[in-house]
Amino acid sequence: MPPNDRIAEGERLLVICNSCRYCEGYCAVFPAMEQRLSFTPADVRYLANLCHNCAECYYACQFAPPHEFAVNVPQVFAEIRAESYKQYAWPAYVRVSGWLAATLGLVVMFLLAGSREALNANFYGIISHETMVAVFSVISGYIAMVYAMGVRRFWKESGERLPGVSAWMQAARDVFTMKNLSSSGAGCTYPDEEHSQSRRVFHHFTFYGFLLCLASTTVAAIYHFAGSVAPHPYFSAPVILGTLGGIGLLIGPVGLYALKRRRDPAIVDAQQDGTDVSFLVLLFLTSLTGLLLLALRESAAMGALLRVHLGVVLGLFLTLPYGKFVHGIYRSAALLRSAYEMARSKH
Amino acid sequence: MDGEAPAARNATFLSMAGVCQRLWDNAPLLLSSKFAWPPLFRGFAPPPAPSGVLRYGGVIGVPSLDRIRLVEETRIQSDVVVIGGGNAALCAALTARDAGRSVTVLECAPIEYRGGNSRHTRNMRCMHSAPTDVLTDAYPEDEYYADLLRVTEGLTTEHLARLVIRESPNANQWMKNQGARFQPSLGGTLHLGRTNAFFLGGGKALMNTYYQAAKKRGIQVLYNAEVTDVDIRDGRFHSGQMLLEGKPTEFRAKALVVASGGFESNLEWLEEAWGEAARNFIIRGTPYNKGKLLRLLLDNGAESVADPKQCHAVAIDGRAPKFDGGIVTRLDCVPLGIVVNKFGERFYDEGEDLWPKRYAIWGRLVAQQPDQIAYSIIDSKAMGRFMPSVFPPITANTIGELASALGLPAATVENTVKAYNATVRPGSFDHQILDDCHTEGLTPPKSHWAQAINKPPYYGYPLRPGITFTYLGVRVNEKAEVRMNGIGSSPNIFAAGEIMAGNIVGKGYLAGLGMTIGSVFGRIAGKEAARAAK
Repeated sequence: MPPNDRIAEGERLLVICNSCRYCEGYCAVFPAMEQRLSFTPADVRYLANLCHNCAECYYACQFAPPHEFAVNVPQVFAEIRAESYKQYAWPAYVRVSGWLAATLGLVVMFLLAGSREALNANFYGIISHETMVAVFSVISGYIAMVYAMGVRRFWKESGERLPGVSAWMQAARDVFTMKNLSSSGAGCTYPDEEHSQSRRVFHHFTFYGFLLCLASTTVAAIYHFAGSVAPHPYFSAPVILGTLGGIGLLIGPVGLYALKRRRDPAIVDAQQDGTDVSFLVLLFLTSLTGLLLLALRESAAMGALLRVHLGVVLGLFLTLPYGKFVHGIYRSAALLRSAYEMARSKH
Repeated sequence: MDGEAPAARNATFLSMAGVCQRLWDNAPLLLSSKFAWPPLFRGFAPPPAPSGVLRYGGVIGVPSLDRIRLVEETRIQSDVVVIGGGNAALCAALTARDAGRSVTVLECAPIEYRGGNSRHTRNMRCMHSAPTDVLTDAYPEDEYYADLLRVTEGLTTEHLARLVIRESPNANQWMKNQGARFQPSLGGTLHLGRTNAFFLGGGKALMNTYYQAAKKRGIQVLYNAEVTDVDIRDGRFHSGQMLLEGKPTEFRAKALVVASGGFESNLEWLEEAWGEAARNFIIRGTPYNKGKLLRLLLDNGAESVADPKQCHAVAIDGRAPKFDGGIVTRLDCVPLGIVVNKFGERFYDEGEDLWPKRYAIWGRLVAQQPDQIAYSIIDSKAMGRFMPSVFPPITANTIGELASALGLPAATVENTVKAYNATVRPGSFDHQILDDCHTEGLTPPKSHWAQAINKPPYYGYPLRPGITFTYLGVRVNEKAEVRMNGIGSSPNIFAAGEIMAGNIVGKGYLAGLGMTIGSVFGRIAGKEAARAAK
């Protein structure tokens, strides 16, 4: 369906949900919905991004298909989210294939490394520190810009002002605990109708794994400028953080993929599978190649492994601005808006 | 292969088919594992019961040797058979199973519509002596019973009613033990936070919990199982007939629990009770409550209880689907404006009492109007003061245009509104309390929340009687045993839920009482059926 139809469908569902309200105890979407009597396209996009796709409301819905009202909030919201990512994308949405990005990343790294060889974990003998910093600074800067402008568009559409500290704190708690996938401790109804914490747990592995890897890189950068140059010892902060993060990024994506294979097709937007899976694969490969590089950094395979690892990481970075990762950006922004609204409605 | 005799090939084929069939039979068990790979069966029932297969309640699968012979013989056998698939039925099934009996549930709806009217419920009324995790303050037995006496005007059976009230906290705790989740009451329902425990996600979520529990404990649930006859002699149940997936099938059990609801979706029966007016009724809940078991039990000598005309009926949006429109078709704007009939005239005090207390009389009021239709008219002052309904209001900038858009005589409606506006006395409007805004010298009066209808745009909603459930049922005792004319209590037929709710509520209604009756009597019926099936 074209995007406008999806928004209209989202609005139709919200009108039904708002006159029922049985699901208000489930997640942040329904209390936010109850703040309104009618729904603008911006409201629909906001609520769709607030939805974590846990599907509890679908299984609990007396109006779910085959009922003639055909209420399927998780699926319709998933479709609206996908459209909204394109709409918020700055300067404009570009579809980046994960495989193409990875190939491009590998080609760039092999070209930059040329035929250089090095021993004893001398990474910078293959690709200089300056080159690495230059490549990843440029792309990271671009990603940050895309996200900042996207959130700006999201926020502008909301017509809200900048929230105070307590809303930020609440939103951060919601993001870091993924409270909305825990359904008061029972877990969400994913991949099927039975409650389970598995998705939340594997998401935590992935999310915290990613953050630990980010922390590892940041600490390593600080070390570098402080004069401690890689390779760092096995029991140094960057290696420990990176190893823990890497383990998270092995377990998390595999778990999420396994769940994805088993999930109920009724509640998802299958068109997003390509983006979702390539993101999981790239995260997994990033971690796998990183850990291999760590294990074999003293060996002759180091040069090849470094090229592959950095190539995969670059591929991952190339997919970040318009790929699956953006769900976290707009979900967080929606949680912030929700925290802001709910705090205000209590006063 | 060429050398093989055709007969041998045939035999191989048959045994292969047997294996497939066995796998198919066991599929529900295989799939019950959390780590099974469900996409194949996703969205389907536990696979439909294959025709021509003997099934033992709770034990699925048959020795393959007997398969071919059994094709001729179609029978379900179980210690306890429960007819119905809603709250009362599942409470009974789980209780009987916990007592060690094999249990089969016959649900006439397909899996998507399982759960009867419990699908549409939201809460249960619970006695409690102190605040709980989901209930505020206290709600003692005597107050609960007094509330019941008030709404039923004495049409109750005191010892059964008190049994329900006293057992309600135990039933509530038992439900939690089954995995049911409750929530503190939130938006739009604050007035019930003291007396009623709300199911997290509503009644369908509760039903899902029960069905998951039933699956884990090996209760056999058959969907599309429509009971057509029961063999009852001297008050004792012997066997029954049903259409299982459309195929005639016999079922046998040592004890029978009937928890199959009322007859509100049986339009012919409604018409018998209400006359032609019933044709304009809308059925708010399941289309599967046709009262087949109620009729069968009454025809087989069960004592009846309550009046066939008694039912829970509210005024709902006239544009609602004929069946199953549920909660979203309700309209709460009646006390905020005026209500006129098809001639454009008012007929009842819209502001008689607080809406929750008057909600359930308006179905009957509209049913008594010509063509069983009425129209709620409000102005823009009322917008935002009531729960939004699913259908948009009909909107116009003048009363005359609104009347025309609603298909009403414009001049009469204009006069009705003018006469009403002229008699509205000044007051301070507060729709949360019985305020002092009323009319003077108007017939019928509007006693509260009377404000002139003068701020365009104006809005109109058509109203129809929406039947929630019926009260005619079978008489039971405190063991849920069905009373049989001239015999006394049946030794092995038990009733629970809507089919016997008329014992406790013969007219009127208390919000959340139906689920309490279903839970308490469902558990009693399950326990007693297990005893009878020893």
